[in-house]
Amino acid sequence: MDQDFAHHLSEVAVSVELETPDMTLNIGPQHPSTHGVLRLIAKIAGERAFDVKPVIGYMHRGYEKLSEVRTYPQITALINRIDWVSGYANEIPFIVAAEKLMEIEVPERAQYIRLILTEMARISSHLIFMASYPLELGAATPLFFALRERERVLDLLESVTGGRFHPNFNRIGGVKPAVGSGSTTRKQIQDLPAGFFTQTKDAMGKVLDVCEELETLVAGNEIFLARTKGIGLLPPEVAAAYGVSGPNIRASGVKFDIRKVESYLPYDQFDWEVPVGENGDCWDRWWVRLTEIRQSASIIQQAVDGIPSGPLQAKVPKVIKVPEGQTYVRAENPKGEMGYYLVSDGGSGPYRLKIRTASFSNISILPWILEGILIPDIIAVMGSLDFVLGDVDR
Amino acid sequence: MTGFATDLFANFWVSLAAKLALVATMIPLIGMVIGFAEMKLSAKMQSRIGPYFAGGRWGWAQLIADGVKFFQKEDLIPEDADRPVFKSAPILVLVGTVALFVVIPFGPGLIFRDLSVGIFYALAISSISTIGVLMAGWSSANKYSLMGGLRAAGQLIAYELPLVLAVVGSVIMAGTLSMSGIVEAQIAAGYPFVILQVVGFAIFMIAALAELTRIPFDMPIAESELVMGYLTEYSGFRFLFFFLAEFANMFTMSAIAVTLFLGGYWLPGIPESVLVFAGPVILIGKVAILSFVMIWFRWTFPRFREDQLQTLAWKWLIPIALANIVITAIFKVLF
Repeated sequence: MDQDFAHHLSEVAVSVELETPDMTLNIGPQHPSTHGVLRLIAKIAGERAFDVKPVIGYMHRGYEKLSEVRTYPQITALINRIDWVSGYANEIPFIVAAEKLMEIEVPERAQYIRLILTEMARISSHLIFMASYPLELGAATPLFFALRERERVLDLLESVTGGRFHPNFNRIGGVKPAVGSGSTTRKQIQDLPAGFFTQTKDAMGKVLDVCEELETLVAGNEIFLARTKGIGLLPPEVAAAYGVSGPNIRASGVKFDIRKVESYLPYDQFDWEVPVGENGDCWDRWWVRLTEIRQSASIIQQAVDGIPSGPLQAKVPKVIKVPEGQTYVRAENPKGEMGYYLVSDGGSGPYRLKIRTASFSNISILPWILEGILIPDIIAVMGSLDFVLGDVDR
Repeated sequence: MTGFATDLFANFWVSLAAKLALVATMIPLIGMVIGFAEMKLSAKMQSRIGPYFAGGRWGWAQLIADGVKFFQKEDLIPEDADRPVFKSAPILVLVGTVALFVVIPFGPGLIFRDLSVGIFYALAISSISTIGVLMAGWSSANKYSLMGGLRAAGQLIAYELPLVLAVVGSVIMAGTLSMSGIVEAQIAAGYPFVILQVVGFAIFMIAALAELTRIPFDMPIAESELVMGYLTEYSGFRFLFFFLAEFANMFTMSAIAVTLFLGGYWLPGIPESVLVFAGPVILIGKVAILSFVMIWFRWTFPRFREDQLQTLAWKWLIPIALANIVITAIFKVLF
């Protein structure tokens, strides 16, 4: 067969069989709904996406390495910025890990303050989800309802810590004394700002109100239900196999909450429930987060009622050196399980700090869960997993 | 009117120029008023203030400032774009909107051209803008634009039939296709057709929302999915054309709905001699109510999926509209 004839044949073949090459769609890294710089490479046929590959690392800041050349008090300023939506909650497991190695008993009042502020961080993080998720489905108004109440919570966080997003408030052995505590010679340590508890109770009432409001505005909407029910089903086995944690796995029906399992903060002293979803679809993930806001508000109200008096700081050496050893402390962050594996060689900074973040493990499910679904559903599912790119790349 | 003026306006070119000037001022004006209303109403619904500083009071000049801004922007055309198609798409979209104004009766005799097939013309011409949207999506050389354009074309299949079928009920009741004829039939009957055509009116409004690609049917734009859909690559002046067309189209679709179902320029109890002057005001008032409803929907509802719109249209709207036609026809024959 000479070449011309072969060429001719191939031309005939082309004209007979209509070729439909795959179209590759790059979703991100600059896209309104990827929550930052996540990039998805999807092969699409019409509106259906196949073979979705997430590309991460656009925001890698090298916190694990940076931690190795910093002292313990400096590191809290860094790890605030991992999951910036709930900056305060990031500090807790690290500080608890260091305290565990140093065998420090943290005063109960400091533990309560940590708990209250962690739950506030959870509420603000979930309210961000409540704001952005309807927006991804096209409804703009719930955004303002949710952010308005989040502002109250952030104001409270600010009044205590001085920071809205990056509080940098925890110290090894307790929490930072409030502003104006004076020099170390004057041991008079100021407490929480005046009126904090009444304002907190007031704000929690408002947060519970906005939950009602969101329930009627969003959950009472047939279109919202049609867009979320049965979409992005995540069976519990698959979720567990991929290491999905937090509200995402609870929505799949797994009753697993580190706050109930571990004792990094005194959660066992309060009366609260772990909300669990039924089907593991987008709707359940939305509902679980809404219920968690209510539970957190209830925890805060109980903690405010029962907060003991006492010092905010345990006695710690002036130069903090963690004894040789290693430990892993995990905590239930708003996005899921966050853990620090801390290895110390006895120096003033960690020898190695491995950070396990929730969003990183949560988005590992993306290629599985996005296989063969429509592009609008990609956005709906991605939004319902509620990840933050800083938490993915760190 | 004096003899001179009558002669002057009888001249084809003069009257054409007058009409063109009227259209050229009216459409941007309507677009701006509705656009401003949308800004302020959405702000109210979201506990915001909205535009505040432009123009000194209530930010009334915000959209003028925006318009000027669009004029100043660089006219960007993507390198791989199909330039002639890319450039003509916004014009086609705006033309589709402008041409709709021809058959809207603003008062007794106040109509640009009282076509005997007025509503037929309106429904036909309103589909032209979809071609413009498809052209915009295709020529942009952008995958998101392409998907937006194709979604608009797919959407056409869903809403076009319910839109036409919903109109038929009113047409049967009026016994004419002429827009002013339909209003006159309502005046003669003494009630607006919506009283007997509630179903038709509802279907028409749903289909009109889909035609306008407004939330809950804004899939061709869908900011959170397709960035900006077929508008992604448009900027400056050309974007302004789409923007104006959207709001002017809101006006025309509302005006058609008002004419067909809500009695057009007529209110019960107002004599015809007054209607000549009050007609436009009444019509615009009714249009404002419908536009408000559209804005209200937009800031309340999430977005459907394209396949859910098809389900809604083919499984619900079309059968209901057909049943509505049959029932209307039976009543027309019997009574």
